[in-house]
Parts: sequence; C-alpha cells; structure tokens
Amino acid sequence: MSITVRIPAPLQAVAGNRLEVEADGGTIAELLADLDNRFPGFRQRVYDETGRLRRFLNVYVNQEDIRFLSGETTPIKDGDEVSIVPAVAGG
Amino acid sequence: MSSYIHHVQGLACRDCGRNYPLENLTVCEHCFGRLEPRYNYGAIRRYLSRGLIYSRPQNIWRYRELLPLTGLPQVGQSNGFTPLVRARRLAERLGVSELYIKNDAVNAPTLSYKDRVVPVAISRALETGLELFACASTGNLANSVAAHAAQAGLPCIVFIPDNLEAAKIVNSLVYGPTVVAVKGNYDAVNRLCAELTARHPSWGIANVNLRPYYAEGAKTMAFEIAEQLGWRFPRHVVLPVAGGTLLPRVHRGFDEFVKVGLVEGELPRIHAAQPEGCCPVVDAFLHRRDRIVPQKPNTIAKSLAIGDPADGYTVLESLKATGGSAVAVPDEEIIGAIKLLAETEGIFAETAGGATLAGAVRLSESGVIPRHESIVVAVTGNGLKTQAALDGALAQPVRVEARVEHFEAAWQELQKEAIAA
Repeated sequence: MSITVRIPAPLQAVAGNRLEVEADGGTIAELLADLDNRFPGFRQRVYDETGRLRRFLNVYVNQEDIRFLSGETTPIKDGDEVSIVPAVAGG
Repeated sequence: MSSYIHHVQGLACRDCGRNYPLENLTVCEHCFGRLEPRYNYGAIRRYLSRGLIYSRPQNIWRYRELLPLTGLPQVGQSNGFTPLVRARRLAERLGVSELYIKNDAVNAPTLSYKDRVVPVAISRALETGLELFACASTGNLANSVAAHAAQAGLPCIVFIPDNLEAAKIVNSLVYGPTVVAVKGNYDAVNRLCAELTARHPSWGIANVNLRPYYAEGAKTMAFEIAEQLGWRFPRHVVLPVAGGTLLPRVHRGFDEFVKVGLVEGELPRIHAAQPEGCCPVVDAFLHRRDRIVPQKPNTIAKSLAIGDPADGYTVLESLKATGGSAVAVPDEEIIGAIKLLAETEGIFAETAGGATLAGAVRLSESGVIPRHESIVVAVTGNGLKTQAALDGALAQPVRVEARVEHFEAAWQELQKEAIAA
C-alpha cells in the first residue's frame, strides 16, 4: 500500500529534498506518523507544542481540506493523493 | 539603484520570532507562521517628516521608507492617494455625526485596493530578477497583477476560480496574461498556486512567495487616511475581510505612523465585516474560538469568498488589540448598502464595499460604534465589476418615443407614482 504525499517547500529539506514522497497509513494521523519514521524530525515540523497540527499548515486528501472531512482521523486508501500546504494569503 | 537608502532590514516571523534576510519566502520555514518585514524605525523617524511626504507625488510611494523596497520604485506611479470623502448625506441618513468613505473604487489603474499591494509585490519581483508574475485571485488581484505585469513587461499568469463575474475576467484578459480558470473555489486556486511555487522558483506569485512584501502595500491605506484627516486618526475604521491581508496592515500602518512620530494619539478601533455566506473570521471572533473553522463560501460578494483566510488570525489579533469588533451581513443588506451609498454619495461600490457599509450600519445601530464618534468605511472595489449582483434590484429605464407629448405623459405618470409612494 502506498499513498503519494506532496511536500511544501519549507518541508522538503526534512523529506530528502523531494517534492513528493510515498508513505503508508489508514488515516492522516498514521500517515504523518509513518512520514516521521521515514524522515526523523518530520513530526515536530507539522505539529505544534500542544500536539495539534500547526494552524498555518493545511492537509488535503484528494484536494479536499481534512477539516471538511474528519481531520486527522480522515481515512485514506491506496492511490489517494495527500497534499501538505502552508496557508497562503489571498485576494 | 545602489544610491537609494532603504530602511527595511529583513523578515521576521510573527509567530516564532525567527529572523530571515530579505528573501522571497511564503511563510516561516520553521513554523509556517507569518513573515513580516522589519524596519529601522529610529532611522525613519529621523528622516521622514510630514514636509517630505507633502513634497512627493500623491501616490503610494510617498511613504516609501515604510515599504519593503531596496531600490526606487519602477511602477505604480498612479496608484493610491484615493479620495477620503466626507459623507454628509449618508451620515445624515444613518444618524451619525462624522463619516468618511475611503474610496478605493477609484484606485488606479484597476479600480480596487489591490492597486496598493501589487506594485510593491512586482517591484520586489523586479528587484530580485523573477521571470514571471502571477497570482491566485478572486478577480481584483488578477486585474491588478495583469495590468502591472503589462506595465513592467513581465510575462503573467493569473489563476482564478471558474465562477467569477464576467467583468473581472475581461478586466484581466485585456492586459494579455494567461488566464487560468480553475475548477473549484478560491481556496482550491490558492492551494494549487502554493504547490506550484515549489516547482517554479523563478516565478513571483504575488500572494504566495511575494506575500510578505505584497501585504505591506496595504498599509498605505492607513497612511493616507491619517494624512487626509490632517495627521490624526479617526475613532473607528470598518474594513472588509477576505483573506485577511488588508485589515491587519491598516492596523500596522496606523501603529507605524505613531512609531515614526508622524501622528500622535490612540489608534482607531478597527472593525471587520464579512458576508454571512462566508464569515469564518467573524465566526471565530464572536465565538471566541482559538482556531478558525474554514467554510464553503456562498455569497454574492465573490471578492470576499475566501473560506480559509490565511491571515484570519492576524485579523483577530488586530481586532483584539484595537478594541474592535466583527459583524456578518446577509446578501440583501449588501445590495441595500450598495444602493444607499450610490444614492447618497454618488459612489458605486462593488459587493465587498456593500458588505463593509452594511456592517458599519449594523455596528452603529447596535451601539458598538457610538453615533458621535468619527468613522471611516473602506470601499475596496468598484461596482462596475460586479453589476450582475444588482440584477432585479434596480428600477428599469422609462421607455418613450422621441416625442415631447410621450415624455410629458410618462413624466406625469412618474410624478403621480412618486406622490403615491
């Protein structure tokens, strides 16, 4: 089983300098834990001191924000596309 | 230009405090927090005076020491210094004593507040040799980005949601950029652009990797309000909130004018207005949430239809710091406010301006803004771009044949109707 994860520029250094990586997990939380196994230090970059996902970091499953799904318990399956994207300004 | 003395020193993360050199960064590399330029305020205080500002052309660059350029500006000579209109007839209708409209509906060259931020972003792009200028936009930003790219001779791509008003699309296409209509709402467009930045480091995406520079341009609205009021602050400012760029920078602009000694006194209370169909910041403020909950927008105010505002937290901080408040208004009140402003002051605002005025009316009626205190309401865009929102809301033309008796009969009929009403 393998899920493609898009990595934003500020996280690429900790993820082997890659734009996309493969990882496993049945939920977003498990996927992020797996990424921390593969790339030590990953977890502390995406979670804040209180153990919540950083508030300026958004996670999408097949282009839908996980906050519209089930947050970190959102289920994912083989072939899904996950994107980690910093919040950006707008107009 | 090497002879130009600049006072911007670097970027600092508002959230974790880390410092960065002046680079084209979207967010803090460590915590993804918000980056802001740092200035040498002491040096600016010694150098910048009211007299020096008076001596310069009436555009955004008259405050250039407080903008993050390292050279002299090459574009944007017609931008900013929009009218601050004393709205006497509207004030009378609302029962308030001192009301002003900051009229960015006539900002140049593309008729919205975006003509303040884009020249700063593109100047930064030119200073750092970026090869293409782009943005993710609900329309107004796209118009401004396309026009300034044309002015600077840079290739341009604008990314917009595929449901925009026709006028906002034409007002981008005419400048010759590549217009990409993305399926989905603005938040989807923004996510795409954030992902593209990593792949195309030689592109300057105004609201992404040029964001810390771009946002600073919005301070000029505050600078102008203070200068136009005779170097003093109003008591209240009401601003629209979409992505959250403008409101915190207006706050920052007032604060900086105090820091560099150009104005004394208490900062204005800053209030936020959003449409009910997209009000994640108002919702977080009123319910005292520590996290902003994103929404799926559904409103006629498309330029405010940003369900996941990146600077929403910055807005909340400014509201708290200045003792301001937040209000959401239904679409019917937006249309009513557009008509009221047009009929009393001769200003045709876009839907965002209607939302802001409708919000100000509610805040006044509920006593949050006391009637005797001075109020500035910002109109950030032009009604000519959102005409479809008024379909069915206006009277129809009176049709006559080109004969005197036909007109006179129709006129008499109208007079009777007016008396009956």
